[in-house]
Amino acid sequence: MTPTDGWHRLSPVSPVVRAGRAAIAIAVLIVPTALRGGADLERDAPQLAVVAVLLGLGFVSWLVTRWRIDADDLRIETGLLRRQSLRFPLAQVQAIDVVRPGLARMFRVAELRLRMAGATGATARLAYLPERDVEPLRALLLDLAHRGVSDTAPEDAGEERVLTSVPTGRLAASILLSDVGFFAIAILAGLLVAAVEAPAVAAGAFGGGAVWAVAGLTMLWRRFNQEYKLTVAEAQDGLRLRSGLVALTAETIRPGRVQAVRMVEPFVWRRLGWCRLEVDIAGRQRRKGEGEAQRAPLRAILPVGSRSLAEELLARIVPDAPTERLRAPRRALVKSPLRYRFLSFGRNETCVVTTTGRIRRVTAWVPLAKVQSFRRVQGPLQRRLALASIHLDTAGRSVHANLRDRDVAEADAVLEALVPLARAARRSG
Amino acid sequence: MSEGTGGQLDWHRPSPRLLTLRRVEVAAVTVPVAVAVAVVLAFSAAWAAVVGAAVVLALGALAEWIARRRVGAWAYAERGDDLLVRRGLLFLRLSVVPYGRMQFIDVTAGPFERSFGLATVRMHTAAAASDARIPGLSRAEAARLRDRLAELGEAQAAGL
Repeated sequence: MTPTDGWHRLSPVSPVVRAGRAAIAIAVLIVPTALRGGADLERDAPQLAVVAVLLGLGFVSWLVTRWRIDADDLRIETGLLRRQSLRFPLAQVQAIDVVRPGLARMFRVAELRLRMAGATGATARLAYLPERDVEPLRALLLDLAHRGVSDTAPEDAGEERVLTSVPTGRLAASILLSDVGFFAIAILAGLLVAAVEAPAVAAGAFGGGAVWAVAGLTMLWRRFNQEYKLTVAEAQDGLRLRSGLVALTAETIRPGRVQAVRMVEPFVWRRLGWCRLEVDIAGRQRRKGEGEAQRAPLRAILPVGSRSLAEELLARIVPDAPTERLRAPRRALVKSPLRYRFLSFGRNETCVVTTTGRIRRVTAWVPLAKVQSFRRVQGPLQRRLALASIHLDTAGRSVHANLRDRDVAEADAVLEALVPLARAARRSG
Repeated sequence: MSEGTGGQLDWHRPSPRLLTLRRVEVAAVTVPVAVAVAVVLAFSAAWAAVVGAAVVLALGALAEWIARRRVGAWAYAERGDDLLVRRGLLFLRLSVVPYGRMQFIDVTAGPFERSFGLATVRMHTAAAASDARIPGLSRAEAARLRDRLAELGEAQAAGL
C-alpha cells in the first residue's frame, strides 16, 4: 500500500469490531438470564436484532467511508445519507494516537487518531486499519506534518530513547491510594461489611450493591488498563507514549506541541513521595459518546513516580524550568485559607510555574511561548486586601497557570515583565 | 490606572450611545413593572400603589447607576504588540491579547445594538479562557478595529 495515492478503505473487519462492543454488552445481559431460565430465543430476539442492526449499519458505514492523503491534508469521506467530506490539515496535527482495544487486537486492526488544533479541536479518526499499515502510516503522517508532502518513503525514525516506564506494582498501589481507589474501596468495604453483619439485608441490597461494585471495579480497571506499563520514549518525531494491558494505546506528541505540564500530588501520595505528571496539548475536551478506549485521552506521562523522576522528565519537556518560588503574601490567607500553604509561583525568561491546591498540590508549568493571553483579575475581597491574580491562558484543555493572590504591585510588575518576555519567546520559538 | 501596562496609554471607551442603550434597557424593564405593581396595589390602597411604584422606580434608578458605572469601566487600548481590554466593576479584569495570538475576530450586533448603530467586537485566541470583548462600539469604529486587528494579526501571527 502506498498511502499517498488514491482513495483507501478502512479494514473490512471494522464493522465487526465496532458492533463487538455492543455485542459484548448485550451478551453480559443475556447470558446470566439464559443460564438461569434456559435459553429463550424469543425473549432475547430484540437484543440479538440490535446486534444485527448495528452490524448492518456498521457495514454500510464502512462501505461509504474512504480516506486519502492529499497534498498536506488527510481527507475522510463518510456518510450515506448525509455525505461528509472532512479535511484535516496535517500541519495542525498536535498528536497522533494509535488505539487498539481488546477486540481490535484479536482482529489485528487498530484505530488511528489525529488530534488537531484549531477552534474546533476536532479529531480525525480512522477506525479501523490493518495493524501492519498503521505504523508506516503514522510515521508518514508525522513526516508530512513536519515537511509537507514528499514522494520518498518515510525514513525510519526508529531510534528512540526510553525515558521512563512505570512498574506495575507501584501503579496498582497508586491507583488504590487515589481518589478513584478510595471510592471503589469504600464501596467494596461497605458491601463486605453489610454481607458479614447483616446477610439478610445484604442479600436484598445486593442487586443494587452489585451495580456499585461493578462501577467501582470498572473505574479501577479503566485507570489500570490505561496506564499499565506506560512507557515514555523520546524520538525524532516527538514524545512517544505507550501503554495498556488489554486496550493498547500508542501516542506520539509532536515536538514543541506541549502547551503545559502539570504535576499533581494528592495528600496520601505526598507522604509516600509520589506524584503524577501530565502534559496538556491543544485541542478541545473529548466529546461524549465516544467509546471507553477512545474516551480517555492519554495525558499522564508519569502516572506515578518519585519527585526526582518527575523532575527529570520535566526537564526533557520544559528544559528551563524556574527553580525558585515566591510565596503568596501572608494576607492571602484571608482570601484563600485552604490554598494558602501551597500558593506560590516562580518565573524566568521562558517559563512560569505556579502552585496551588487545597488538599492535593497541583504545580503547573507554562512555557511563555505558549501563552495565548494574559488576564489580570481582581475581585472585591482581593481589592480590599490589595491582592490581584494573573491568569496565563493557554490553548491546552485543562491546565492553566494562575498566579493567584499576589500583592497588587507585584502582580502589575510581573504582568509588565511577562508580556514582552512572552512576545520574545513567541518570536524565537 | 495603568495596571502593568507601563507609560501613558491611549484608552478608548465604548460609544456614549452604549449608555443610552443600557438606560433604555433599564427603563424598558422598570417602567412597565412599576405600572403593573401600582395597578395591582391600587386594589388595596392608593398609598400602597404609590409606595410600590416608588420602590420599583428607585430600584430602576439603582440599576441605571450600576449600568452607568459598568459602561464607564469598559476601556480598550491598542499597543504596538497587543490589545488591552479593561472592564468590570466588582471584579476588575484586564486582558492582554497579543495580536499574533488572535485566531479570528468577530463583530456582532444584536437588534437593540443595531438600532443604536452599535456593534460588539470579540477577539478569539486558541485559548477558550481568553476573554477580550468590546461592546458598544460605533459601527465605523468596530469596522476600523476589526480591520486593524486582522491586519496586525496577519503580520504577527505565531503558530501554536
